[in-house]
Amino acid sequence: MLYGTADFPDWGDPSSPASTHLSDYYIEKTIEDTQVPNIVTSVLADYRGFDTMFETAVIFTAGLACFLLLRDFRGKKERFYRHKPTGVILHIKDGKKILAVGKEFEHMDKDWVPSDLIIKTVCRILIPFIQIYAMYVVAHGDFSPGGGFQGGVIFGSSLILLAISYDLKTLVKRIKEKVLGIFAALGVLIYVGIAAICMPMGGNFLDYSKLAPLVPGDPHHVRALGMLGVEIGVGFAVMAVMAIIYINIVSEGRHDEGL
Amino acid sequence: MTDLLPLIVAKYNYWLYVILMMIGLYAMIAKNNLIKKVVGMNIFQTAIILFYVSIGYKKDATIPIIQNAHGGHDAHAAVIHAIDYINPLPHVLMLTAIVVSVATFGVAMALAVRIYQRYQTLEEDELRMRLSE
Repeated sequence: MLYGTADFPDWGDPSSPASTHLSDYYIEKTIEDTQVPNIVTSVLADYRGFDTMFETAVIFTAGLACFLLLRDFRGKKERFYRHKPTGVILHIKDGKKILAVGKEFEHMDKDWVPSDLIIKTVCRILIPFIQIYAMYVVAHGDFSPGGGFQGGVIFGSSLILLAISYDLKTLVKRIKEKVLGIFAALGVLIYVGIAAICMPMGGNFLDYSKLAPLVPGDPHHVRALGMLGVEIGVGFAVMAVMAIIYINIVSEGRHDEGL
Repeated sequence: MTDLLPLIVAKYNYWLYVILMMIGLYAMIAKNNLIKKVVGMNIFQTAIILFYVSIGYKKDATIPIIQNAHGGHDAHAAVIHAIDYINPLPHVLMLTAIVVSVATFGVAMALAVRIYQRYQTLEEDELRMRLSE
């Protein structure tokens, strides 16, 4: 392989085979065709829309596989409850079902440690900004570096940060497992839905330009709007799947304790 | 030997990726622990991603976002030269490849967790011993 590098083009050579033919067309025609300045987004969501659609399906399948492999609805027999005002800990062995404890008790892990005040406070301040930034990255994917995948990953990482700084139960309580599953499916559905609507409007699958009668505004920008919708779908799917994978792996599918 | 050195210097990026790829391949084949194998797979994927991104690079070119696309009044009059922007195609391909690598990593970790739950080990030789029992 090292010997083979001798035949490779020089680094940064503009006339290398990879940088001629097709990529020149993308760079020169993207404004004319799609009105989207970010060429990466226009190639991703428009020229190569099928690729990205099945990519989203791959992500969804990965989340589904993690869920099916790991999810464990039985729960553990051994349980620990902490009395919040006094800090007394009850250890219950062989508890078949969850005890109906009052609000003063809290279900906790075996190796529970009180969470650090500084970390909790900093994360509580940071998380909303991370989420706003994630939405900005998704919404501005057409004009600046960004897009559905990146924004979705940032949003998912904010959820993971919540789970790390507080504990996993806080995250699962805030965003139910069902909601995450629905988000993952909804993201794929948005993508495929936007692509499929183009067909009754008289175009091919994924031909956004045929959506012009449905959206207000300049018909020249309709392809950009179609791409934006698709990116939002990708963002939903990626965000939900990141959280599903994380929750299932750290708690071995029980969703009660973990990192 | 005299003509080998300039060759390496001119194309050192490819050499780095080949070395990185071989590190990943070695980890995938030779390591005994399943998690280390998965990490090796990730290193391998990273080498390929870096290789593609460096293919797209052009000297004296900027990122593939058209300048003044909607802004200035002479925006549409200006002709866009492909030589001024780096190749967007490898970036698009690698964007999706990164996502696939995350997905495969997640599924591999889930499988590893399941194997550990069942056999209490992730070492390959111990697993093989358990299976042959």
